[in-house]
Amino acid sequence: MNKLISSLALMAFSAGAFAADAVAQTEKQATNWHAIIMFCIFVALTMGITYWAASRTKSTADFYTAGGGITGFQNGLAIAGDYMSAATLLGLTAMTYTQGYDGYIYMMAFFAGWPIILFLMAERLRNLGRFTFSDITAYRLDQGKVRTMAAVSSLTVVCFYLIAQMVGAGQLIKLLFGLEYNVAIFAVGILMMVYVTFGGMVATTWVQIIKACMLLAGGTLVMLLAMSQFGFSYTTLIEKATSVHKLGDKLMYPGSLLKDPVTAISLGLGLMFGTAGLPHILMRFFTVTDAKEARKSVLYASGFVAYFFNVIFLMGLSAIIIVGQNPDFFEGGEIGKKLIGGGNMVAMHLAKAVGGNMLLGFLAAVAFATILAVVSGLALAGASAISHDLYARVIMKGRASEATEIRVSKIATICLGAVAIVLGILFEKQNIAFMVGLAFGVAAAANFPVLILSMYWKGLTTRGALMGGYGGLISAVLFVLFSKSVWVDVLGNAAPLFPYTQPALFAMPIAFFMAWLFSKTDSSVAAQAEIAAFEDQYVRAQTGYGAAAASNH
Amino acid sequence: MSSAMYERMRANPKFQELVARRGRFAWTLAIIVLTMFYGFVMVVAFNPTALGQPVSEGSRVTVGVALELGMFIFFWVLTAVYVKRANTEFDALNQEIVREAWKEEK
Repeated sequence: MNKLISSLALMAFSAGAFAADAVAQTEKQATNWHAIIMFCIFVALTMGITYWAASRTKSTADFYTAGGGITGFQNGLAIAGDYMSAATLLGLTAMTYTQGYDGYIYMMAFFAGWPIILFLMAERLRNLGRFTFSDITAYRLDQGKVRTMAAVSSLTVVCFYLIAQMVGAGQLIKLLFGLEYNVAIFAVGILMMVYVTFGGMVATTWVQIIKACMLLAGGTLVMLLAMSQFGFSYTTLIEKATSVHKLGDKLMYPGSLLKDPVTAISLGLGLMFGTAGLPHILMRFFTVTDAKEARKSVLYASGFVAYFFNVIFLMGLSAIIIVGQNPDFFEGGEIGKKLIGGGNMVAMHLAKAVGGNMLLGFLAAVAFATILAVVSGLALAGASAISHDLYARVIMKGRASEATEIRVSKIATICLGAVAIVLGILFEKQNIAFMVGLAFGVAAAANFPVLILSMYWKGLTTRGALMGGYGGLISAVLFVLFSKSVWVDVLGNAAPLFPYTQPALFAMPIAFFMAWLFSKTDSSVAAQAEIAAFEDQYVRAQTGYGAAAASNH
Repeated sequence: MSSAMYERMRANPKFQELVARRGRFAWTLAIIVLTMFYGFVMVVAFNPTALGQPVSEGSRVTVGVALELGMFIFFWVLTAVYVKRANTEFDALNQEIVREAWKEEK
């Protein structure tokens, strides 16, 4: 049970990723035609949009940030789409189904980072950044070194995240659609390459928006149909759920999930600040016109996320009665045995129970669309780190033409797609639950500290940024490597070298401390100039004067 | 982007006012959210049974669920409050600062 919880926890923890652990070794199901037809409609629609977007994607600004012309509302939906993955829908419903109130606590932890991002980061991000978050960290520091560091940690995050997504996608699609694992991996990889290479950020954003609407509509419909069975009464629902659930009244008490305060705080930190360090989420702040729209995006995004989490909570609770008391959904037709398809199928079974095969097909198509959209956002973020940071700024030192930069980013996208397919196949049978934790740990420890210091602390120098960034990256990777989830579960050692599974509480202070120490002791001439340059950066961060404007369309 | 423009903006007392007012507002809200969230995490870690109690005798709504639903709504209202004030009051001040710096340029 603990193992299930920790894998679910990791899954929930990932703002868009998958721990395939819990869905691993799934049985291939009968081909689900409803789902396949609905998914094909989604693909046809998004391909049409990609075709339209391709004609509007000419400059690098179009490719990376949709020309900065996305409105706050559209971007809010897209951010919500990036944040509410298939893992959110399936993992959190399953968690509420088995653990009750614990699932709700997790959702709160997921949500609480957004107000902080708004208050402390959103306007500075938009005012200073252009295409990637390295634009901000490298603003007054050494372009070559700092961008290389930021690109390395961005790509690390993107790769771990991609592996988790691809393996999760393959397992899930095998289960939902009855397709072969490899077919599913190729389908996801190739569709993603098409969206990103042809449509750039415009297509990626619209895929994300459509998917977010489908997810919100699908979830709401299932929730309403389920609640109608209880006369829309929360009291009736809870009475029935606590009377049949094996936890009884304990269902609505906090369970074993956050017992240990160190893990609880570390997880809270990792969730909150990992989100604020994910390259594909940060990139979304550059797609809007100005700081005003950037703020509105967070307002809409957090509204949708908060709403959807409450929908999921009700779905999970209703499933306790509707799915948990129906022998049809259990292996061998016996209540209390293993659920058909594994624990993550709760949301799908609920859809089938309340809305038949049509609704099941719709929700399955939504889950597939979700994976595709998240993978596309990741690929675009990874490709821009390669083409904008490494190629255009580090290798060509800003002398690359827009046309070649776009060409490089398209090649990078195709390479990342190929890498994702290969890794997806290689890791099929592996326990990849830790990858998501690693992606978040690296984002929180390598990207976030340097990013926030470069915006808030005058004294940051190139040397400090490099030591902080690499220090956070290496310590986060090592803490995860030596923790139970890799050292024991994957490498088969007897005991973990590091007692906690969540690295953020330990790796983040290391990054901050190293950035501080090596900046303070840096007395070079370059460092003086970098500190002096903060004043102008500060005025721009505050007023937005000089910030990249939206291109005209 | 001319450094002279930035210099003039920084010298404008309105800039200091904007930075001080917006900064104070943003940090106040951030501290409210952080305190409530980590306070809640501490209750979960150290006194979980308190969260399982019904809000009133015989009710099926527990303290934990009510508290959390309240936090979801309250945090979102805080974001709305910040966006409202930043997009009207602070942005107006911001535009004045930029406009005045432009005027001096001519």
